[in-house]
Amino acid sequence: MALVLNEEQQMLKESAQGFLAEFAPLAELRKQRDAGSQTGYADNLWSQMVDMGWAAILVPEAYGGLGFGHVGMGQIVEQSGRTLTASPLFATAILGVTAINSAGNEAQKSELLGAIARGEITTALAIDEKIHHAPTQISMTATKREGGYVLNGAKRFVADGSTADKLIVAARTGGEPGDMTGISLFVVDRTATGIGVDRTVMTDTRNYAEISFNNVEVAESGLLGAEGYGFNALNATLDAGNIYLAAELLGIAQETFDVTLQYLKERKQFGVLIGSFQALQHRAAHWWSEVELCKSVVLKALQSIDEGDDKSPALASIAKAKLCEIAELATNEAIQMHGGIGMTDEYDIGFFIKRARSAQIMFGDNSYHTDRFALLSGY
Amino acid sequence: MTDLQTFRQQTRDWLEENCPPSMRKPVKGGEGMCWGGRNFTFESKEQQQWMERMGAKGWTAPDWPTEYGGGGLDKAQHKILREEMSRINARSPLDSFGIWMIGPALLKFGSEALKQQHLPPIVRGEIRWCQGYSEPGAGSDLAGLQSKGEDRGDHFIANGQKVWTSYGDKADWMFCLLRTDSEAKKQMGISLVLFDMLTPGVTPKPIKLISGSSPFCETFLDDVRVEKDQVVGEINQGWTIAKYLLTHEREMIGGMGMSEAGAETMSQTASRVLGVEQGRMNNPMLRAEVAKWEIDGACFALTAERVTDEVKSGSGVGATSAMLKYYGTELNKRRFETLLKINGSDGMIWDGEAAINGWLPRTWLRTKGNSIEGGTSEVQLNVIAKNILGLG
Repeated sequence: MALVLNEEQQMLKESAQGFLAEFAPLAELRKQRDAGSQTGYADNLWSQMVDMGWAAILVPEAYGGLGFGHVGMGQIVEQSGRTLTASPLFATAILGVTAINSAGNEAQKSELLGAIARGEITTALAIDEKIHHAPTQISMTATKREGGYVLNGAKRFVADGSTADKLIVAARTGGEPGDMTGISLFVVDRTATGIGVDRTVMTDTRNYAEISFNNVEVAESGLLGAEGYGFNALNATLDAGNIYLAAELLGIAQETFDVTLQYLKERKQFGVLIGSFQALQHRAAHWWSEVELCKSVVLKALQSIDEGDDKSPALASIAKAKLCEIAELATNEAIQMHGGIGMTDEYDIGFFIKRARSAQIMFGDNSYHTDRFALLSGY
Repeated sequence: MTDLQTFRQQTRDWLEENCPPSMRKPVKGGEGMCWGGRNFTFESKEQQQWMERMGAKGWTAPDWPTEYGGGGLDKAQHKILREEMSRINARSPLDSFGIWMIGPALLKFGSEALKQQHLPPIVRGEIRWCQGYSEPGAGSDLAGLQSKGEDRGDHFIANGQKVWTSYGDKADWMFCLLRTDSEAKKQMGISLVLFDMLTPGVTPKPIKLISGSSPFCETFLDDVRVEKDQVVGEINQGWTIAKYLLTHEREMIGGMGMSEAGAETMSQTASRVLGVEQGRMNNPMLRAEVAKWEIDGACFALTAERVTDEVKSGSGVGATSAMLKYYGTELNKRRFETLLKINGSDGMIWDGEAAINGWLPRTWLRTKGNSIEGGTSEVQLNVIAKNILGLG
């Protein structure tokens, strides 16, 4: 497939740009933060997005969705990196849909995917237990009982964990931490008995939670996929998640670049525009070059999910590793080139570095994915 | 079958029949490249056959018009030819500055007579070209060149000194920038002229590089007669064509050495040399360095692909050749630094059969020139900053 957007994808990108600039600009994030908002986004934002059809983009048509594909959804997420828009789009319409669609049976898909597409439920994916992403190291247990399972353990860094209606949880029905087999996926209500949710206040002011499971009972129908074989679906979900995080980081890298370039053309010191200094020109040109590479790898990675390409896992790690590196470069350069004003809370540029680091860390940072790429390549 | 499927089948059959077995192995570090020309010594009969057969079909310059000896292929057919050649690991039949540089410039700017005279021998590999651009006092500041062409009616008399003439001692003809109006503003008085290297007064002298090889010459011009019908485009308007050619050169250098068909990848080399235990390469620091390079290499290759796709679909930003040149050459330098670390003390062996005659240290040193020739990395960053980012 050619590495360009088709007309429909281009249109979606432009409509996302318009919508986010109007209804969820960066000023909104500031407002939510200052108000100490529980969700991190305006109350009616999600229903507006649902009306736009965004919750249904990845849901197959058979389950009441649009089946529009990942390249299209990637354009929305990239734009949301430019405006730093928080919403259930990532945890529900991307992670939730991918996990349920990869692992679920017909009954689960038609019930849950349809409800997501219609905006009736939101989801959160609960994976990590330690401070570093390590999906094979899951130690939370799911013990089989008559008619279902009992969950015990704790999860952290769960995006939308304090607000989602349903939690998608990875737990062990067998094996030891480090094993790929023995991991199973479950869907449970966030408000089920025995679940304790602590909303954590984090640097990017988004809604994450630490969640404890204390003898939480799940019916047989809550098992997503075959018992002990949830790792493939989990991997597919994490690959998609990482590709979308890369898309968001691409938006951040581009927006910080555009804003900084503008600043280089306005700010005067020593009687001249600072953009006339070669020291800054070369750094800007290098930064721009890196962003060009990022655009290519994000688009390729998104296409690879749509095509069911078996290189998709490697491309997910390539994209995430590269975008972690360049988002770090971009947000650091943005502050440095802005000088003192870049350090002020009043100026917007500081919001980008805060969101970028969270997105980098979620589901594995640069070092994690560089290592995973090597492993997938046989070394 | 569609026309393209038929074309693919015919191409596959023809290559199968005409590409000699020894031409289906990768070249290593310049050994085995085929440059053609009057002075070229073929490494084998098969190398010569391969060049001549492809040349006769016009497939050494697949997308040039057939009236000038080219293959006349459209983009889709050209892509199929590349794919079918790469399928059997076929070597490039002819490596040529004629095909890469002066040919495209002649097609765009040359008179009908110049095209008829020069293009067919380039396609057939009969005439090898070199570039006379840089001078001792005009490197990054190319437009500051001082070699003069004095107007003598129907011809110029050229005097001066060129440097970094690629294979000047082996080439048959030179395309050369001369100052033909010393009164005009810097860029305005330059002409692009063509002359035979056998013309009296042309003296190329090889320059030995830190890599031990001498791919470049300094070329002295002493009262060299250049006919006016050998001026490409208008007299004194050569700078536009020179810039066009520099763009071509950037693209060529930027894409060089990234992947030779059938050659080992960096991680394959590293795994072979360092060893792999339980799925992990020994030496975790080098494993990380290799992985980082391969990630950047993959992103760069995808970018070259995207830029091509954007041009095809008409949505390109253009002016990206500076970025590709900058990034590609820096990446190639990094590649050889890492390969050197992988190979330890073996990487320092300069001579001897076992170390392929010092292929690694010599190529490593040669890559240092990649970010200098065709415009330094710093010049490329200037071009990006000024032309793309609009920083004054």
